[in-house]
Parts: sequence; C-alpha cells; structure tokens
Amino acid sequence: MIDFELTPEEEAAVKVAHKAAEELFRPISRYYDEHEHESPQELIDTLWEKRGEVGMLSLSLAAALGIEELCWGDAGLMLCNPGPSLGGAAVWASGTPEQRDRFLKRFNKGKPKWGAMAMTEAGCGSDTSAITATAVRDGDEWVLNGEKIFVTQGKRALEDSDGIVVVWATVDKSAGRAGMKSFVVEAGTPGMRVEKLEKKLGIRASDTATIIFEDCRIPYENILGSPEVRKLDKTKTAGFQKAMATFDATRPIVAAQALGVGRAALDFVKETLEKEGIEIRYGLPRNKLSALERDVMDMEAHYKAAKLLTLRAIWMLNQGQPNNLEASMAKAKTGLAVTRITQKAVELMGPLGYSRKYLLEKWMRDAKINDIFEGTGQINMLIVARRVLGYSRDQLK
Amino acid sequence: MISFSPSEEQQMIVNVVKQFATDEMRKVYREADESGEIPARIIDAAWGLGFISSSIPEEHGGAGSEHSTITGSLLAEELAWGDLSMAMHTLCPTLVVLPILEMGTEEQKRKYLPAFCREKYKAATAALMEPRFNFDPYSLSTTARLDGGNYLLNGEKCYVPLAADADLLLVYATDNGSNQGFILEKGASGLEIGAPEKNMGIKALSTYELALKDCRIPRENRLGGKIGCDFNRIMNCSRVALSAMAVGVARAAFEYSRDYAKERVAFGEPIAARQAIAFMLAEMAIEVDATRLMTWEAAWKLDRKEDATKEASLVKMYADDMAVTVTDRAVQILGGHGYIREHPVELWLRNGRGFAAFDGMAIVYKEIQHYD
Repeated sequence: MIDFELTPEEEAAVKVAHKAAEELFRPISRYYDEHEHESPQELIDTLWEKRGEVGMLSLSLAAALGIEELCWGDAGLMLCNPGPSLGGAAVWASGTPEQRDRFLKRFNKGKPKWGAMAMTEAGCGSDTSAITATAVRDGDEWVLNGEKIFVTQGKRALEDSDGIVVVWATVDKSAGRAGMKSFVVEAGTPGMRVEKLEKKLGIRASDTATIIFEDCRIPYENILGSPEVRKLDKTKTAGFQKAMATFDATRPIVAAQALGVGRAALDFVKETLEKEGIEIRYGLPRNKLSALERDVMDMEAHYKAAKLLTLRAIWMLNQGQPNNLEASMAKAKTGLAVTRITQKAVELMGPLGYSRKYLLEKWMRDAKINDIFEGTGQINMLIVARRVLGYSRDQLK
Repeated sequence: MISFSPSEEQQMIVNVVKQFATDEMRKVYREADESGEIPARIIDAAWGLGFISSSIPEEHGGAGSEHSTITGSLLAEELAWGDLSMAMHTLCPTLVVLPILEMGTEEQKRKYLPAFCREKYKAATAALMEPRFNFDPYSLSTTARLDGGNYLLNGEKCYVPLAADADLLLVYATDNGSNQGFILEKGASGLEIGAPEKNMGIKALSTYELALKDCRIPRENRLGGKIGCDFNRIMNCSRVALSAMAVGVARAAFEYSRDYAKERVAFGEPIAARQAIAFMLAEMAIEVDATRLMTWEAAWKLDRKEDATKEASLVKMYADDMAVTVTDRAVQILGGHGYIREHPVELWLRNGRGFAAFDGMAIVYKEIQHYD
C-alpha cells in the first residue's frame, strides 16, 4: 500500500536530530569551516553520548531521515559524527556474523570511534578495478602495501580512536576485478600511517586523509567475503559484487546527507523571502508567477524529486529488495539537485548569498561534494544507464 | 509507514489496463491521431473495464468502492502510456463524476450519477479554461449571477473536451467572487458550442470553444448547492491526474527510444552503447520515476483530505517540464526517424507539450512574466 506517512519513531528521530542540528551544529558551523583540521571535540563527545538517540548505527529509514536533519545543521560536522560509518557499512553488508561482532561491537562502548573506507588511490577514483594496493597472504596474515587517498575520517578512525578502516586491495593483479578484496584494518596496527589531511572546497570539518600501508600485517580472518579469486564471468565477480552491495546500502544514505544541505539553502531562501513579505503563490499559472517564484518552486520540486527517490531506495534496501538501480538513481539525482539548488540560492540571495556572514555560501561549497563522493554523478548515471539498458560494463563503457 | 508498493488490487488494475493499452490503444493510436477520431469500440471497451462506475455508491448504481486518487493516478498513467487522446476521452466523464461524488448535493448525486453506471459510455465534460493568454483559473472571466430562481452564466470557454457529445457539462464561473461549478445539461439555452478546435497534439480528442450568453440554469444546479464546491481541491485533483498522464506519455517515449537505441547500429555498435545516448536514457528514466513518486505523494495527500496545493502544483509544474524534455529526448535519440510520422515519438512530443497548456498553465506565453 503506497504510503508517505512516517511512523511515530521516525517522526521522533527527525525531531531529535533537528534539535541537535539547531543547537549543536549550527552555532559552530562557521568556526569549523574556517578552522580546517581542528577537531570539534565537544561536539564529538556529545554525539558519542547521544549516539543511541540519534540512531546512527543503522541504515534504517529513521537513521536516514536523522542524517538529513544533521546535514541540514552542517554536513561537515555530521561527517565527524563518531560511529561505524562507511567502513561499518561495508562490514555490515559483506562481513560474517563473527566479523560483525568483532569489528562493530566496539562502536557500542568506550570512547568515540570511527569507521572509515579506503578505496580511492592517486591513480584511480571511480575506476575501482584499477586499484594497485596489494594484499599478499603470508601464513595466518595478510600483508598490505599501498597508498590510499580521500579517506573520510581516516585520521579519526586510525589515530584519534580505536576505530577501523576497510581497505580495498588486490590479491591477484592478473585477475582484474575478481582479485579485488576488502580488508578490515584496526587502529594501532603497525605498518600504517596517516600521511596528510586534505584542504577542501567544503565539508572542511570532515577529515580527508591519505593513508600509507607499508608491510602492514593483519590477521587472515580480516578479509571481508571470500578470499577465493573466482572468475564467474566477466561482468559478475564476487569481489566486485561485495563492493556493489556496500554501495547499494551507502548511496541512499549519502543522498540523504545531500538532501540536508539542499534543504538548508532552500529554507534560508524561503525564510528570507518571508521576512521581506514575499509569498510563494503555489497553484498560480506560470504566467502569473514572478521569475523568483518560479525559481523557488523549481528548487523545491527538485528537492522533492530527489527526496522521494532517496526514500524509495532506502525503503527497498530495508525491504530486502535489490536496489542497485534505485540507489544510483537517488544518488545521481540528489547530488545534482542539491548542487543546483544551493548555487541558485546563492544567486537569488544576492549579497546575502555571497557573504561569509551567512552560511549559504558554505552550503554551496558543502553541497558540491555530493555530486562527487560515493560515486560521481556521472558514474551513477552510467550505472542507471546500464541497468535500464540491460548492458554489462563491457557493453556500455 | 512509508511504502512504495501498490496494493495487490492496484497492481491488478495496472496489469489489466496495461494489457488493454497494449492490445487495443497502441494498435490504433496513429490512425486516430491522423483522422482525429477514436474508434468507438475502444472507448466502449475502456468504459467496460468499469473504472468510473466502480467508485459510485451502490445506492446510485455503482460498485461503491472508495475512490482513491492513488489508484486513479496508476490508472491514468497506464492509459496515457497507451495513448493520451484516448486516455483523456476515457477519463473525461470523471471531470463531472468526481466533483459530484465528492461535493455534490444528495439530489445532484441521485439525479446524475446513475447514468454513469450503465454499459454504454456516457460523455460528460467540464469547462474551465478561457481563451486568453493570461488565463488564470483563480480569476475567471465567466460569471454566474442569480436571477430569481435561476443562474445566468456569461463568458467564453476553450479546450472543452467532447463538448458537442456531452450530456452533462460542468462549467466553472465566478459567483460573487468565488469560483463555483454549474451543471449544464445538453442543449441548455444560451449555450453555444463552436467548431472543434485544431490543436498541435492530442488530435484524436475533440475539444471545443464554448460561448455562454445569458445561459439560464436552475439554481439547484450549482455544484454542492448552497455550500458550493471546493474549487481548489478540484484543481489539485486535476493537477495530479494530468501529472500521472504526463508520466505515462513520458514513459512510453522513454521505453520506445531505449529499445530503438539498442537496435540501431552506428559505427559498428548499438547507439545505446555510447554514453551520449545512454546518459540521455538514464536521465529520462530518473525523471520519469521521480515525477511518478511526486504524483503519488500528492495523490496520497488528497486521499487523506489534506490541502495538497503545494504538492499538486509542484508536481504539475515538474511534470509539464519533464514530459517535454523526455519526449524531446526520445525524438532526438531516433534522429531523423524520430521526426517521421512512422514512429510514435513525434506524436508523444506533440502530446507531451500539451500538459503545460492545460489546466490554466498557459505556458505558451511563459516569457511574459511580471515581476512583482
């Protein structure tokens, strides 16, 4: 039965997260944008204490809605939120029960911890099959070597806490995609170091690390999924499927993050207009609307379109339905929508939009990442295209 | 609890209509567009599926199931996927039936609804739009004035589908500053029906201009009697229905151009294997889905009897643009072949372009925006 009503639990999750966004995130938003690489320790401690309440540990609809609210507060600060995050999602999606227990239990107790995902390398971004980091078996251990960049919360996961990072590496270069596997590396493992933190256009509160692995030894049991290099067919390989399973779960969540930034800008525009006594007259024919009203309605409609696609993808995930197509649809649409919404908002607000006195210009910078990370808009379009055409990656490059 | 899954019953309706659209409508749509006529058997067969009588209460001769705007949206999408002219022709009586069902007086229901529960298609229609570029449904020029026990209607209307055949005509006019509906029966005095209009698309649907010159109707023919009607809700229902149809037309164009792109070979491979084409198709698929979900959400709000003005007008505007973009892309993907009337995509582009023109959205003159 088609229904758009939130459950009381979901309503409550939205409320709690929105309150946190208003009271904890917004007041320090500008400071941490201007003090990149400084850690918002107080916020981190508070969020860690409240983590049950905000419900960050699951991929439920309530969690996604909460994430949207927190990103409405500040997307960069939301990413500082301690928890299993993308690394945890990978363990959750493709780990054994024993692995889930061993790696995720830590997120329920003790001091703040982070889970990170290390996939990108200097020479490969979207083309994850070109990964050069290696994992070689040596008895009861894997030996990891390579350099990973753009690891979100990499430093916090490995240096500031007893966290985990999920590292993608090849066990057999000649096997291509089939040789690609993911491994869980725990904080404090010798042979691994954080080399540097990036300086970014936006989401500056979030740390983006380069991590170097030099003969980094981890237990054999830390591989996620099967160690076997199976060539089932050219397009479907076990290792790659695991990666995709993770993306199907994380892309809608990342889309929810994007929605929060887009709505922050949209709300700012609407509130400013309201203060000026300018009303958006829904329902009027186009020829009666001002260009400003048209623009605002257009922004709202695109936000709504993106939000519903995102909710559908998350709903399918929680229903246990395959959502590869829908997750990519949501991610592609949302990344682009919020990029355009925030840019349009800066344009519409004139001097208020461009000034650092307000947060709007920051939201425009923050929003752009959503069209890039967790699969660029183009990569997601490519996935959607392959799906709707029934093409393999060889048929549509 | 959020859910994107139609009920079993809704899915069954979708399947039946899809089959009908495939077997019947898709076989004759081109001929109908060229000749401007829809074969009567198609309309009768569609009528026979019983979608209109099903929501009429048993006491008035119907099946008495509760009307659902969501079900209506699913149905409208499938019919429009088959052919927009036929979909609009088939659903045209709902322009009278639904307002009477929701807002009519008991007497109006008793008098008018049973005729729609019979076996034969019963034409009925509504007159809202007026022939001027800056038409605004919220400030109608057509007036209704009480004169003793009667209303006198004066004004001009356009894009009135099936006006010449309709037994009942619901005319919207301003009555002491508020928009109200007035039920006219066939042959009402002072009602002049013009020649069929010639439009760019939806050519198989006959539409007419009307003139109302001191058109006199009994006082009790005002929709909803003394209480009147909720004009805004009627507008919102219409916006949702049109958005659902826009999704149907766009989906037809998407599917056809997708299949064509996989067949058509250029430079040794299907053109769909090129990102320039594949990305257009991906975007079409995303926008069709997004618009459908927005339509469902607005429909859901209407079914809960909540004010859906914001949702309905946002999705209508979005759907108007989407229908044009998607059908245009479909023509583009077929290239020269898309421009030829042997393929349906040019027809879908012409039909898709119509949405913005209907329902007061006179976008043709969109450039003339005034800045308040």
